[in-house]
Amino acid sequence: MNGNVLLLANDPDFMIKGIFSYNLFGNTVWITTTHVSILIVMILLLTFSAVVHSKLKKLDPYKAPPMLVNIAEYIVEFVNNMAEGVMGNKAAKFFNYIATIAIFILISNISGLLGLRPPTADYGVTFPLGVISFCLITFNKFKWQKPIGVLKGLCDPWPFWLPINLIGDFAVPISLSLRLFANILSGTVMMALYYGLLPFFVKIGIPSALHVYFDLFSGAIQTYVFCMLTMTYISDAIGDN
Amino acid sequence: MNISGVEFIKGCSAIGAGLALIAGIGPGIGQGIAAGHAASAVGRNPGAKSDVTSTMLLGQAVAETTGLYGLLVGMILIFVQPLAK
Repeated sequence: MNGNVLLLANDPDFMIKGIFSYNLFGNTVWITTTHVSILIVMILLLTFSAVVHSKLKKLDPYKAPPMLVNIAEYIVEFVNNMAEGVMGNKAAKFFNYIATIAIFILISNISGLLGLRPPTADYGVTFPLGVISFCLITFNKFKWQKPIGVLKGLCDPWPFWLPINLIGDFAVPISLSLRLFANILSGTVMMALYYGLLPFFVKIGIPSALHVYFDLFSGAIQTYVFCMLTMTYISDAIGDN
Repeated sequence: MNISGVEFIKGCSAIGAGLALIAGIGPGIGQGIAAGHAASAVGRNPGAKSDVTSTMLLGQAVAETTGLYGLLVGMILIFVQPLAK
């Protein structure tokens, strides 16, 4: 069914595949390649953080820190500077969330280099991320502006503007998640088309440049954009308090 | 040559997917304009290069969204084929 419009023997294959199914309260639930990719990404992150933690514990202040500690410090410092640049003195409260989401999305996006199907090329992964961000934004809106302020913001120019503002608010998680999803999916599709449709002699060397663009560059930019937009919306919600 | 109804719909879906990707024109123009203005801003004030670059990338990523919607429509038309079922 899939891809039969291309009419080729070796169809490019980038779809999500089910690995096995089980019954849960009468529904068939599939374990797919996305779950496996997420598990691998998770194991990578957990191993990295466990190793860094053990190295940090026996860190000797009179010696040069080991390589892994330097990398971890660089990551923390980068995200910290980014958060403080946007949110100022409120950044410390949201740093945990932003850093978690940034590291997870970044490793997921560049997991195409490890031969996995990137987990973020599945709308079932990016939509929850968008919804979590949306909940955080809305919670902070109600916390800092109080319900009266939220209502005032919804009726901004005139009261009959309310439905449009409401749609604009609910479009936030959808546009956040669709942007990430479509960017990574387009990279995955392009790589699958390149590997699936062309003769073998162009598959030597040239794909590395494509991988650098579609996996590394695009993935890093989309991670940055997702975190940056989340922080911008949060600092908008907080206002001048 | 006989063309069945489903085949006809599949062919039309492919044409529709091609038409949907015309949506790529708008973001292309918009991103080009943003990059041009960012280049002139860096030319005027080279010290603000990192700020200008990050703002430009953010704006371009937001402008890209409409083009990506077109891409999604095209991909759904080709690979999911909702009309041919």
